[in-house]
Amino acid sequence: MTAIPVTATGPGAERLWRDALAAGSLTLPFCDDCGRAHFYPRVLCPHCGSRAISLRPASGRGTVYSTTVLRRRPQDGGNLNVALVDFAEGPRMMSRVDGIPAESVSIGMAVEAAIVIEDDAPVVVFKPVGGA
Amino acid sequence: MAGSRLRGSAAIVGAGQAGIGDATGRSAFDIVGDATHAALADCGLKLSDIDGVFSATMVNSMPAVNVVEYLGLRPRVTEGTNTGGSSFLAHMQWAALALDAGLCEVALITYGSNQKTGAGKFVSSSEVVPFEAPYKPRYAVTPYALAAARHMHEFGTTREQLAEVAVAARTWANLNPEAAAKGPLSAEDVLSARMVSDPLTLRDCCLVTDGAGAIIMTRADRAKDFPKKPVYLLGVAAENWHRWVSSMPDLTVSAASRSGPRAMEMAGVTHDDLDLVMLYDAFTITPIMFLEDLGFCPKGEGGRFVGDGKLRHGGGFPLNTNGGGLSCVHPGMYGLFLLIEAVRQLRGECGARQLPDPKLALCHGNGGHWSSQVTAILGLGETL
Ligand SMILES: [Zn+2]
Repeated sequence: MTAIPVTATGPGAERLWRDALAAGSLTLPFCDDCGRAHFYPRVLCPHCGSRAISLRPASGRGTVYSTTVLRRRPQDGGNLNVALVDFAEGPRMMSRVDGIPAESVSIGMAVEAAIVIEDDAPVVVFKPVGGA
Repeated sequence: MAGSRLRGSAAIVGAGQAGIGDATGRSAFDIVGDATHAALADCGLKLSDIDGVFSATMVNSMPAVNVVEYLGLRPRVTEGTNTGGSSFLAHMQWAALALDAGLCEVALITYGSNQKTGAGKFVSSSEVVPFEAPYKPRYAVTPYALAAARHMHEFGTTREQLAEVAVAARTWANLNPEAAAKGPLSAEDVLSARMVSDPLTLRDCCLVTDGAGAIIMTRADRAKDFPKKPVYLLGVAAENWHRWVSSMPDLTVSAASRSGPRAMEMAGVTHDDLDLVMLYDAFTITPIMFLEDLGFCPKGEGGRFVGDGKLRHGGGFPLNTNGGGLSCVHPGMYGLFLLIEAVRQLRGECGARQLPDPKLALCHGNGGHWSSQVTAILGLGETL
């Protein structure tokens, strides 16, 4: 996939990002002027103000910046991991780490992104690198 | 120096509270009315003297406008900026500005919530956060738990040090007749309480209570005409870097690291000058981070700073002497209540928990998820 320009008219940054995600592509918005990535997607660069933003395929690699276990009763879905993950490209997103118990997720853990469907919408989650 | 024109230009001349803890049967605006009545009685003014109204709530789209209607006022200034729990400290800044400009003569800053006993029970915003909602965070605890976990990871802060903040708050609450949570509380009680969002247990979290507060401000030139000692606004500064925790640049540094130095510079005070520190304690991690960000200890040392018990009654570092949001009152937004405690301490009205002759207080409000940070310095006449 090539870069998707975020233009001054038509679908906005969030819509373009979600459409790409729905098509199976996790992207990150990059500024074509200062070169830095940001998240969530915006129509102007929060680092330099440039309008020259494009969505580029993300590496999907990340590191857990922080993590918590939201304690819930089994009938409410049981314990849930909520994490902040730093992409290798720099930006951070809220997500969760699947594939291991919520309480086994740790700060500094290397993770990789996956797209899952929840409530009929694509959602970015992470899994430990190597499927640990 | 920016803002110095406002230093000491306005003062709190009246303060009142109502429905602290439990206001069964009374609406949020009922207890706003009760608190406003108490604040007016405190300074000898009439309801009709109020010509500036400042308010914010979590549940009304135009809270200051609701207050105007309920109280039957026709103010010249109606101001409802909502920056969360810090709103009321920011309102002091806008009130001082409006008073200084002659836009109003008597400013009311008020807040009330019956979130404990009201029909809706716990009231939080219904706003959907597009890039957080899919992960089902529980607001407000999850953002603060994430910060606590990161603080522990980076600096070696322990759950025992977090617990000490709650234990210390209780020692003050036990001396405050109005405090909603009293009785013995040990570190073990905090650590063994139900885990809510790791590493924070139920006792690391603020109370869910009812409560309303009101303060009355006038220009300094007429503040001496009221019955109680005026409490002057010597410095105030607001900073805001993000809204939601996933956009917080560094989970161990809040914008208090800028609001604090700015407010202290405006007031012309140093840490050693302060007699009382009132920090928004929504969770046990928040005072720890704010003590660092406000410069009372180096970044990362907050846990060890509080760990020796200095925050407890008699411990030598008077913090949150009402018992704080952890043990006194936390009706959704707490900022106004820490201001009222500072006013009462500076006036010498605090009974068993009264500090010896305090003259200067630092008050710090937090709004959102570490988002809006507002620091204010309050002082008696001799600090002008
Ligand atoms: Zn840029």
